[in-house]
Amino acid sequence: MISSLLAQAWTAPTIDWHAIAPELVLIAGINLVLLIDLWLDESKKWAMATLTGFVMLGAVIPVVTLAVLGGDVRDAIFDGRYVVDEYALILKALFLLVGYVVVLLSQNELEEGGYYQGEFYVLMLVSVLGMVMMASSRDLLSVFVALELLSIPAYMMAAWRKRDVKSNEAGVKYYLLGVFASGVLLYGMSFLYGTTGSTKLTEIGAALSGDLTGMQVLAVVFVVAGFAFKISAVPFHTWAPDTYEGAPTPVTAFLSVASKSAGFVALLTVLYLGLYGADEVHGPFIWVMAALTMTVGNMVALRQTNIVRMLAYSSVSQGGFILMPLAVMGTGAAESSLRAVVIYLLIYAFSNLGAFAVIIAVARKTRSGEISSFGGLITYAPGLGVLMTIFLASLAGIPPLGIWIAKLQAFKALIDAGSSSAYVLAIIAAVNTVIAAGYYMRVLRQIWMSPVPDGDTTPISPPSSIWLALGITAGGTVVLGILPGLVLRFADLPDLTGALGL
Amino acid sequence: MQTITNDTWLLTVGTFLPLVGVLLMMFVPASEEKTHKQIGILTSAVTAAVGVYTLLRFDFDQSEKLQFFVDSEWITVIKSNYTIGLDGISLPLYFLSMVVTLLVMIYTWDNMPDAGNPKSFIMLMLVLQVGMAGSFIAQDLILFFVFFEVVLLPMYFMIGVWGGDDRQYASLKFFLYTMFGSALMLVAFLALFFQTGAASFSFAHLMEAGALIDRDVQIWIFAGMFVGFAVKVPMFPFHTWLPDAHTQAPTQGSVILAAILLKLGTYGFVRIAIPMLPQGAKAWAPVIGILAVIGIIYGALGCLAQTDMKRLIAFSSVAHMGFVMLGISTLTDFGINAALFGMVAHGLITGMLFFVAGSVKHRYHTLEISRLSGMLIQMPRLGWILGFAAMASLGLPGLAGFWGEFPAILSAYNPNFGLSEALFRTLMVVAAIGTVFAAAYLLWLYQRTAFGRPNPEFEQGAHHPVGAGVNDEHHDVDLHDVTKIEWIAWTPFLIAIVVFGVYPQLMFGVMDPAVSLLIERVGAGIP
Repeated sequence: MISSLLAQAWTAPTIDWHAIAPELVLIAGINLVLLIDLWLDESKKWAMATLTGFVMLGAVIPVVTLAVLGGDVRDAIFDGRYVVDEYALILKALFLLVGYVVVLLSQNELEEGGYYQGEFYVLMLVSVLGMVMMASSRDLLSVFVALELLSIPAYMMAAWRKRDVKSNEAGVKYYLLGVFASGVLLYGMSFLYGTTGSTKLTEIGAALSGDLTGMQVLAVVFVVAGFAFKISAVPFHTWAPDTYEGAPTPVTAFLSVASKSAGFVALLTVLYLGLYGADEVHGPFIWVMAALTMTVGNMVALRQTNIVRMLAYSSVSQGGFILMPLAVMGTGAAESSLRAVVIYLLIYAFSNLGAFAVIIAVARKTRSGEISSFGGLITYAPGLGVLMTIFLASLAGIPPLGIWIAKLQAFKALIDAGSSSAYVLAIIAAVNTVIAAGYYMRVLRQIWMSPVPDGDTTPISPPSSIWLALGITAGGTVVLGILPGLVLRFADLPDLTGALGL
Repeated sequence: MQTITNDTWLLTVGTFLPLVGVLLMMFVPASEEKTHKQIGILTSAVTAAVGVYTLLRFDFDQSEKLQFFVDSEWITVIKSNYTIGLDGISLPLYFLSMVVTLLVMIYTWDNMPDAGNPKSFIMLMLVLQVGMAGSFIAQDLILFFVFFEVVLLPMYFMIGVWGGDDRQYASLKFFLYTMFGSALMLVAFLALFFQTGAASFSFAHLMEAGALIDRDVQIWIFAGMFVGFAVKVPMFPFHTWLPDAHTQAPTQGSVILAAILLKLGTYGFVRIAIPMLPQGAKAWAPVIGILAVIGIIYGALGCLAQTDMKRLIAFSSVAHMGFVMLGISTLTDFGINAALFGMVAHGLITGMLFFVAGSVKHRYHTLEISRLSGMLIQMPRLGWILGFAAMASLGLPGLAGFWGEFPAILSAYNPNFGLSEALFRTLMVVAAIGTVFAAAYLLWLYQRTAFGRPNPEFEQGAHHPVGAGVNDEHHDVDLHDVTKIEWIAWTPFLIAIVVFGVYPQLMFGVMDPAVSLLIERVGAGIP
């Protein structure tokens, strides 16, 4: 009787299983890893990394088939609040690939440190699941759920070396500030819902046109500020350096690339679908944040002597460059801004992960995080030296290596907007490019020109997983720099900007 | 713009061929130094042979047209294409870059800088060559920018790893200055792109559409490009990286820097800034002229104050590039021809001077002018070559230097497009005084180093008191005259300096049609 009652009141929605296949693969993988870990003997824990890697790659398969077969946008599922389009697919692929590379990097670190491998990979898979969901979320609720899903495991991963005070500090700082940011974000979202009557981004967007009420202005500011924590934009960046330094290096790589990109994706989706009518509010706000972020990040990075800390601040500064085009999205450069941000995220992932991979490989020998420990690297590990040169030169924006095209796109978006404030920001960014080159070059100077610090020139032989990670990241950095057309066309995003009626 | 699409493979092969050498060298272990040197020489020789073939295939009767033209898709989304071509303006520089790389590579055979590791050194030089040659063939702004930047890192490492004592400071200064210039330049490029309707980055399109931009906007965009190119030239007051970079760089680096890299800046003015922004160019011309002349005088005075031979030559570069920029600033057919000629001549002559300086350093272990003397007695051939290069550098008629300087000064008498005659004639007079200074510092340098009795501390087999050996600058006095390798590397320079000096029409004939077309186009853009 109950069943017949249920059948009347509730009909199961038609679910496009293909569209959510990547998420399903990840969920199945999470359970699988969790279960196998329970029964696996301690001596065989190394297999967890391999298994996790396969889960990531397995989830890429439906992404690829969706991209090849999909064709049209799949938004029927969940009432258009969860959409699978080109924008979502390319970012899902990015997150899964980054996840895979981070698994490669973590493998030996965890194995040799005797950490809890099974749990680590479960958390990482959960975090990646959150990111993959983020790419498709088109509703305040699903954005928030995805954001928490990707953040909470990351808090724990940051504190993974639990006997190390610094790692604890990293985790606690990240957690407290992250939760605070979530609170601010949620507060802003509640205002948005209260004043527009919907949580669906496109409906919010429709309701937010014209003059804004005071409460709506506040809502926009809170929402943007909440995301600003996630992407460590100045002045909401203070957690980043300590967390990056204290966390295990592979986790730092994960946070500074994947987690940050996910924050940007959330910001992009919300800005483009929900808040585009409020550009008079968030335009100047983001302008100031972008200018501050790149400048402050650079200034502090210049003074660092620890390479991980330096990369942490440099990634803050890079965040400013990624943020920069969004400052002008409301002034006629919406499409080129969106493209610039997506391209930047894609290419930045390769170069930054690559730099971390080299750091991990070198630190295995030198057991030090100081920039001076890279002295004379080129003489005893020429391969790693050249690769680090490629990654850092790319981060500095030197053609024909990866990030130059991303920087070019960012500048292009600004100049496309053509307003005088955009030009001023472009000049600030140009000056910052030079400052950034200063500290990247300092590392290169150590690698190429300084003597080996302790005279120990035994060659470094990184494990094959790190070589694979280096190969993927270096290949991406070089190939995308010379033939950027390969990814640029993915960033043609009519579906997302289509909502703007462009 | 008229183009000829023959032998479309030629420029691509000529530009990227050095990468084949780099690829080969990757698989040879670093310990096999001789193999690396052989691969380096072979690669650059084949590249230069492609260059010679390019010269043969080049249609000199139509040197105003872009030849070997290729226009294929590259980054379609941002409307940038792989567009390359060669005309009379770029041909001499393109060819020069190939020849200089070959000769420098030969010189490296037994003059490897102290830091060793020829594998990296030669690989970097080959990559450098790709960037240099590519900059001269690019006909698309983004492509040009990429090539322009490719030279940055190899040169940074050449100075920083194989340079003198102060190499780290010098290399970083070089890098940051250039980077700063190119960042602003990029902003200017993008502004130009959007102001012309965001249709294409190709030179041909931008030259047509750029002239239609409002005058005020042109002036701003020109300012951005000005900083980018002026740093590279380098023009006063952006020149301060040059003396450090030149002094600290290894001989090979100095030669390439002087012969080719500096020309990227002046080439950028002639090829990009001036034709694409004619009104901006006209507005900026007086500023360029004044800064150029300040550079001439300042460089000359700087030379007189130097005590280090290499630093002196570096300052003379500032002065010489001042003449080139003066020629460009007149916006006359005559002036730009002179400037282009001056670029090649300066490349040959100053490159030669740096070679000599390198060899002097190699033998005496010092470049302190006050400690050198009597070179003509100890090493007569080297002394004579130094004299020859110094004469060429001060602009002696009959040698190549003359045809760069004299017409540039002359062209300032009658600047084009209604530029102030009073100003430019004043500049002309001041620049002419600059040539006197040039004679002064070069002759003085020659007098102090080559004439007189040899310094006793460098007497052959000089007896050093016990204890003096602690100072290792003194040990190992081995003064031998010009070696066979040096002769091979230098003779082409010496011959070219004489040939172009005696028969300048050889180069003017190639350049002039292209320059006339350029001036015509600039004129059409100035109301």
